[in-house]
Amino acid sequence: MSQALADRELAAVIGLEVHVQLETDTKIFCNCSTDAADDEEPNSRTCPVCLGLPGALPVLNEAAVESAVKIGKALDADIPEETTFHRKNYFYPDLPKGFQLTQYDAPICADGELEVRVEGERREIGVRRAHLEEDPGSIQHEGGNIDTADYTLVNYNRAGTPLMEIVTRPDFRSPAETRAFLAKLEEVLEYLGVFDATRDGSLRVDANISLVPADEVGDDGDISEDTLEDANRTEVKNISSHKGAEQALAYEVTRQKNAVKRGREVEQETRHWDESRGVTVSMRSKEAEKDYRYFREADLPPLQVSDWKERIPIPELPDDRRERFRAEYGLSEEAASKLTSRKSVADLYEQLAAEFEPDLAATWVADNLLGELNYRDMVVADITDRLDEIEYVIRLVAEDELTAKNAEEVVLRRMLDEGESPEAIIEEEDLGKASGGEVEQAVAEAIEENPDAVADYESGDDGALNFLVGQVMGKTGGSADPGQVNQLLREELA
Amino acid sequence: MAELNAYITEERIDGADDGPLAGKTVAVKDNISTEGVATTCGSKMLEGYVPPYDATVVERLKDAGATINGKANMDEFGMGTTTETSHFGATLNPVDTDRVPGGSSGGSAAAVAAGEADLALGSDTGGSVRAPAAFCGVVGIKPTYGLVSRYGLVAYANSLEQIGPIAPTVEAAAGLLDVIAGSDPRDATTVDEGDDSNYAAAADGDVDGMTIGVPVELVEGADEGVVETFWDAIDELEDQGAEYVEVSMPSVEKAVAAYYVIAMSEASSNLARFDGTRYGLNAVEAGDYDDLSEAGNWNEAFATAREEGFGPEVKRRILLGTFALSAGYHDRYYGKAQDARAWIKQDFDESLDEADVLASPTMPVPPFELGEGLEDPRTMYLADANTVPVNLADLPAISVPAGEADGLPVGLQFIGPKYGEETIVRAASALE
Repeated sequence: MSQALADRELAAVIGLEVHVQLETDTKIFCNCSTDAADDEEPNSRTCPVCLGLPGALPVLNEAAVESAVKIGKALDADIPEETTFHRKNYFYPDLPKGFQLTQYDAPICADGELEVRVEGERREIGVRRAHLEEDPGSIQHEGGNIDTADYTLVNYNRAGTPLMEIVTRPDFRSPAETRAFLAKLEEVLEYLGVFDATRDGSLRVDANISLVPADEVGDDGDISEDTLEDANRTEVKNISSHKGAEQALAYEVTRQKNAVKRGREVEQETRHWDESRGVTVSMRSKEAEKDYRYFREADLPPLQVSDWKERIPIPELPDDRRERFRAEYGLSEEAASKLTSRKSVADLYEQLAAEFEPDLAATWVADNLLGELNYRDMVVADITDRLDEIEYVIRLVAEDELTAKNAEEVVLRRMLDEGESPEAIIEEEDLGKASGGEVEQAVAEAIEENPDAVADYESGDDGALNFLVGQVMGKTGGSADPGQVNQLLREELA
Repeated sequence: MAELNAYITEERIDGADDGPLAGKTVAVKDNISTEGVATTCGSKMLEGYVPPYDATVVERLKDAGATINGKANMDEFGMGTTTETSHFGATLNPVDTDRVPGGSSGGSAAAVAAGEADLALGSDTGGSVRAPAAFCGVVGIKPTYGLVSRYGLVAYANSLEQIGPIAPTVEAAAGLLDVIAGSDPRDATTVDEGDDSNYAAAADGDVDGMTIGVPVELVEGADEGVVETFWDAIDELEDQGAEYVEVSMPSVEKAVAAYYVIAMSEASSNLARFDGTRYGLNAVEAGDYDDLSEAGNWNEAFATAREEGFGPEVKRRILLGTFALSAGYHDRYYGKAQDARAWIKQDFDESLDEADVLASPTMPVPPFELGEGLEDPRTMYLADANTVPVNLADLPAISVPAGEADGLPVGLQFIGPKYGEETIVRAASALE
């Protein structure tokens, strides 16, 4: 390098390999269910095929390919004429056949992209390729870690779950961008209905990171091939969340910058992200460059997919939906973003916006419902069967029968906490908005019982009116409308 | 007669009460999975392995009313031409018990030739049905790739192999093929051409007007006695109205090399699953340990199981195949072999434009004496020169007895176009 790196400002260059489990009913090469819960009896969801028994043959689950094509469309990627599978050969106990079926030179998706927003800036992240493969089984070390365990148990329930490996270009310039990308990717996958984020291990990320001289990064983030080749690359494995990606890479940026500052070379190596300690650790065993001896799997004939892109529809994606929400419902960008980031939320909003004023529906979904659900670690799916009740509550508010405050803080909260019906809660708490007569009665009483306050008001002390409003509200159990009370008092005392 | 050692496991599996094979006994090669009955592939690695499922062909045999009377001996994982690499000892040739029955489906052919079974199933990766059929004086068919389901066939080289019938007569072999052929949703490479087949009906001996092409390259190198018997058979076919033409297939010179590179490469991967973790010989048994903790880490445990479980020919092929697929050598070996395969296919296409079927000696030599070939694997590999091109081209072929040379059986091989099973059955039946 022409100039000592230690003296130059450095910039991070990051690429990701994201493994996502596809949400199909059955495994990618057999008929076993993918629906293996964590407490499932080990090795109960297996068959000769996913156990790799002698003589068993893989048959491609076309539903997995359809999911992959949907992802390809969402990433604006090229779908090839035909797609094939290769064997990736290596020995590992979780790999029942001694090879993994994956895609090599004909991935189902190539040359895509995904736009993300980071701190108000739009960034286009290139996706080099995305391919299908089978998940291995899972391993459990008993009595220690991989080096010290007494023995290791293998569970093949997961073996054969369809995976999509999405490989980005080295387009990320900061750890925060990777987090935004992963969040956006999950949004899109969820919209496509091909991914379940709540499933354990459904998202796994490896990251490649290099530091390059900052002045060699163009304004648009472009970096020359030469610069990239000069930089030593570190691979970080074992990342399992958006936050983990940002943290692991932030740790790496600091670690590598410190190394360079002290005049040390950053080693080209693989490191393991230890989430509990918040550090990356060098994988001690320096494995030689692995040779996977890829070759084509003859048991799976090439699959013609040239017309699948046209044939398989995908739903409206979050960006399009956000723009439509702004145009159709007149929402602010912030509200539209909040309402479209999850499909379930956006669907709920549209259901309510069909019944009520768009702004009222937006407040209810974005503020009240999401706020109360988040607070309780609940999701929209937990309340979809109570939509009628929620509409009932909103209708009371819209028709001025219930105050917005009581609707959220009393009715909604008790509905979520206790599962009671809104009618019962309103009845029990006596929240039905006070009728005109009751309010007038309370106003008259307040005036009669508080001659001093009346006198103060009449002598020009506006604060005294607030006191009287409070009295009226007290008498009506909070069910009167404060504005209306204020109005009535002024009329009475005029 | 001496004990032939045709079976590894002699156990009866009864089929349906009636069907086209009712009353028939069938020996099934021991690399075809049978639910509840050991399936060893002739290997110590799978000694005592009992599959929990039936191969598709086994289901079809049972449905057709057949009685499976045992699991036939074979070269370990199909790797051999003599049935001598079996962990369970060699099978003797019933025609001459000092000689090998051919392989790798030697137990299947010997059982049929000796009358120990009415019919048999073998598998043919590079000639493993046809070679033993020729050496034992019976009929064997290697179907078009994809005609018969491989589900349950323990893979040796999965892009090359097919399960095929062995029988005393062409008609019986074709009838057994009718039972096992046809598409199977569990094998994605199967086709529906065999779904409603009646190959047995094609065994009518009517070769009048049929053009028989003889690729000169497949006759030239054969033993004198074999060549003589072959031409006598061709003369006989001409007498029955067939027309004979010479064709040239320069590509077959590369076939043995290409075949072994491809077969060994695929084998190195197909046999990776035998690591002692899930089934078969495990590290504790292999290393004679008290428990797993003595077996070292898992890589060491895998190595112990594989070291002890595989015989020398299997290890040789796994090592060579691993090498052929390795970075830096992949293009030079595996890549080139694929090019040769494409060239061979093209040569066959052109030759089969000129002729209805092609004919050659099945084996260029008479049956080896026991122990003769084990010393020099290359001599053995070259004995496959006439059979492997057919597997590389995915084509159907049949070996039918053509007479004797020095008192030993000589087989004649007919090769047909893709899905041309009826044509090769018809041609072969004319020699009976």
